Amino acid sequence: MVWADWLVSTVSRALAFGVPLLWGTLGEISAERSGVINLGVEGMMILGAFTAFAVAFQTGSPGLGLLAAAGVGGVAALFHAFLSVTLRANQYVSGLALSIFGLGLAGLLGRGWEGKPLAATLPSLALPGLSRIPVVGPMLFQNQTVLTYIGIVLAFLLWLLLFRTRWGVAIRSVGESPATADALGINVTLVRYLCVVFGGLLAGVGGGYLSVAYRPAWTEGMTAGMGWIVIALTIFAAWDPLQAIWGALFFGALYHLSYRLQAFLAPELLKLMPYLFAVVVLALSGFGGARWRRRAPGALGVPYVRGER
Amino acid sequence: MRRLGPFVLEPRLSPSRAAVLGVSLGAVVFALLLAAAVFYGYGRNPWQAYAQIGRGVFGSWPSFSEVLRRAIPLILCGVGLTLAFRAQFWNIGAEGQLLAGAVAATGVALFLPVPEGWRLPLMFLCGFLAGGLWAVIPALLRVKLAVNDVISTLMLNYVMAYIVEWLVHGPWKGPTMRGFAYTDRFPLTAQLGWLPGTRVHWVTLALGVVLALGVAFLLARTRLGYEIRVAGQNPEAARYAGINFTAVFALVMLLSGGLAGLAGVGEVAGIHRMLRSPSHISMGYGYTAIIVAWLARGNPLVAVFTALFFGLLFAAGDHMRIALGLPFQIVGVFQGLIFFCLIGFEILLSWRVGLARKGRAWSGQIGS
Repeated sequence: MVWADWLVSTVSRALAFGVPLLWGTLGEISAERSGVINLGVEGMMILGAFTAFAVAFQTGSPGLGLLAAAGVGGVAALFHAFLSVTLRANQYVSGLALSIFGLGLAGLLGRGWEGKPLAATLPSLALPGLSRIPVVGPMLFQNQTVLTYIGIVLAFLLWLLLFRTRWGVAIRSVGESPATADALGINVTLVRYLCVVFGGLLAGVGGGYLSVAYRPAWTEGMTAGMGWIVIALTIFAAWDPLQAIWGALFFGALYHLSYRLQAFLAPELLKLMPYLFAVVVLALSGFGGARWRRRAPGALGVPYVRGER
Repeated sequence: MRRLGPFVLEPRLSPSRAAVLGVSLGAVVFALLLAAAVFYGYGRNPWQAYAQIGRGVFGSWPSFSEVLRRAIPLILCGVGLTLAFRAQFWNIGAEGQLLAGAVAATGVALFLPVPEGWRLPLMFLCGFLAGGLWAVIPALLRVKLAVNDVISTLMLNYVMAYIVEWLVHGPWKGPTMRGFAYTDRFPLTAQLGWLPGTRVHWVTLALGVVLALGVAFLLARTRLGYEIRVAGQNPEAARYAGINFTAVFALVMLLSGGLAGLAGVGEVAGIHRMLRSPSHISMGYGYTAIIVAWLARGNPLVAVFTALFFGLLFAAGDHMRIALGLPFQIVGVFQGLIFFCLIGFEILLSWRVGLARKGRAWSGQIGS
């Protein structure tokens, strides 16, 4: 029974720690499916984390905090969209700039907020009925905040949107071949703006989750590279929102285990596991050939200029 | 010819040097104007603040020498990154490569039984190799297994940072350091000397400048440099020409990471004289170096000067903290703004921008 308890609590915490990764990855999938890679996730998440904390602290409402975090993430993404879509800047560099800027700004604004206790945290819910199921109930349906469930529902909705609606066809064709989409009368610029900004909203919430739900406090650099893990997860999930759920759960487990296993190994060596695994997983998916190696959207990273191929 | 709002754009194929310089300077000045808002936010007059920073940094040799001191790791990392960027390899891992060099140097300084005269040269050699080999991993992963270079280099930064944390908390924790997470102090024979009255470890500075010249020569005048440039500019042509991508990328990253590793040697042997937590060793020099290399547009000699500029920014950060009571994090915001503006202004280089005049018909207009 000890092992069963251990497993139940590990899966439960892995799920809880996977939430910011899931939200971030869904956002990045949205942006990359439209052909825009956004390396600014780390910056958007840390800005979201600070905003959510500050707003929740001032208003006493974690919900408002998360909304504000979404807004800030969206605005940050808008900068990236402006630079990379309108000004046709190099998307890699623009995203990096966003991350550097976001980390700097959150660090600057967050001075004086460190160590403050947050009274208004996002409550945990137990889903009525489902939480009573033995084993599965405590694993998945207790001690989770509402963002866990919204995140999973969002993954299904994004999948439906991308693969079962005309909008999804438009988004994917903009990501695969913007010239063709343009010829079909799809507004490439608009689609890309919308997808990138939507991605920013989700990344902002993902960051906010860290500071008002998972560990209600603000510390500088608290996203600790999760935004970069998100970029890896997007590739790992093959740009598929449903696979992002499994990926987020897996990396959530790695983060959680890096606290859980400290009796066996030095904490510093455990903490490097998620980052090491991100490289290992991508390297492994480079082996097995066609079944594993899924193709990125055709026009990913390429600014679209009408009249050029 | 294209329209963008009220503007018309004309493609400019190869911008002149004057245009590049003008646009880059314009971007930096524009960023500093935007940053003035930060000073207003803290209730300070930005122009007075800039003037005070200027007086403070340039006021005396000891305070100006801090610009040089901060620029040393930026020169080494920045020059290394120009090499990687010329090959279109996204090396975002200078931070981790710098730390790898610091670890290797510490190992040699504290634990390797060698004749004392050999210790410092050996620290530089091992630091170079450690940083370089750490950087070769992503190169091989990209060529052999198609692993995205941005992600692998970034992830290895975190891995190396935690390895340093582990070393200073665990096996290498100094018995004489009363419980602090430091290694023991380096012996005198493993410390780099300073220019009198400063903290400028001039050996590393000289090394940086010489290596910048070396890399410039390599890129412009050697067969390898030619292959690097072709692999970066036109991979298809490089493939037809039979260029060995594995060898080129591995060598580029060995050098690029090696230079960052040397920067790490300089920081531990020249400043701290011990290994300690990664945030103290580096302060994000490896990330700043990305902007250094970008601003230098892949030219290693120009990178020396752009590194000096960002060294100035770090020194100004120290000054703002002490004299104006502003948090040091302001440096990060400045860097981000400058980077943003550089990228945003880029369009002025690839396109000549003019105002669209009403009623004037554009013949030969492509697209909209």
